[in-house]
Amino acid sequence: MKRFFYILPLAGFLLIGVYLAIGLGLDPQKLPNMLEGKPVPAFNLQALEGRDDRGFSNTDLLGEVSLVNIFGSWCVACRVEHPFLMKIKENGWVPIHGIDWRETDRKAGPAWLKRHGDPYTLAGDDPRSVAAISFGVTGAPETFVVDQKGIIRYKHVGPITEEVWQDTLRPLIEHLREQG
Amino acid sequence: MLRILLSALVFIMLASPALAVQPDEILDDPALEARAREVGKDLRCLVCQNQSIDDSDADLARDLRVLVRDRIVAGDSNQEVIDYVVSRYGDFVLLDPPFKLKTYALWFGPGVIILFGIFAVFMFFRRKRDDAKEDAKPEALSDAEKARLARLIDEDH
Repeated sequence: MKRFFYILPLAGFLLIGVYLAIGLGLDPQKLPNMLEGKPVPAFNLQALEGRDDRGFSNTDLLGEVSLVNIFGSWCVACRVEHPFLMKIKENGWVPIHGIDWRETDRKAGPAWLKRHGDPYTLAGDDPRSVAAISFGVTGAPETFVVDQKGIIRYKHVGPITEEVWQDTLRPLIEHLREQG
Repeated sequence: MLRILLSALVFIMLASPALAVQPDEILDDPALEARAREVGKDLRCLVCQNQSIDDSDADLARDLRVLVRDRIVAGDSNQEVIDYVVSRYGDFVLLDPPFKLKTYALWFGPGVIILFGIFAVFMFFRRKRDDAKEDAKPEALSDAEKARLARLIDEDH
């Protein structure tokens, strides 16, 4: 019995140690995707200036697998992933729709697309985060994979790289297409 | 000097915490605005994670404040507004973690640690008391001492 009490502090220390070690491995910035498996939230965004589409709403996402990409002209990481989005568009791998998030100037987003290239099939302007909040967006870029029925299947936080595409997005998109 | 210090103290105590809520966001109806503040102080700013949306200057926090107000004006109850934000961002957006299976350790942990501490202190003092008792009890005499004692008593007679 007495020996048990001597071991107790050591056991407690180990328990706390393991607990904190697990805590170190967690990323507090990484939040759960609350919308996975749920329909795309209802939104209806105005068109970006200079684009000939009528804007972008949730009903546009029915019928085929697509990506919804949250971007902004102010967003540095969006500039990083932009060439790869262009590559997806040029190869016709999957349609990408854009939500231009929190532009202080309505012209800034369109000007950015004009300068670097426009990878989006449809795009909408979201200066007040109305759509972004309903998607649970915390930062740009974020990209959602939406299936044919308009159900959100996956959220990728951060830039899309070749690696992310090959390892995660492409297999998922192919899988969703097969399921039809 | 004392007077200056005292008046400084009074002013410090009068100061209210600086809120990031901007004048153009504030609702005209003070009752609704009060409810918006009530909701806002419980919601975490997702960008600067240890501030509430009312305390944060971040753009996303501002948009969340506006959303909270829009929903309150549209007739949502405080709980409905909070439920909506949680449905988008998860429990993490609440500054007070909810009471459920996943958070029992969080809520009960400190109590368990205090109980353990009380137990440890109790054991410590009990052992000390027992030791003290043992010290107070005189040791039994050895055979040599007994013989010597008997001799001394005999001498007196």
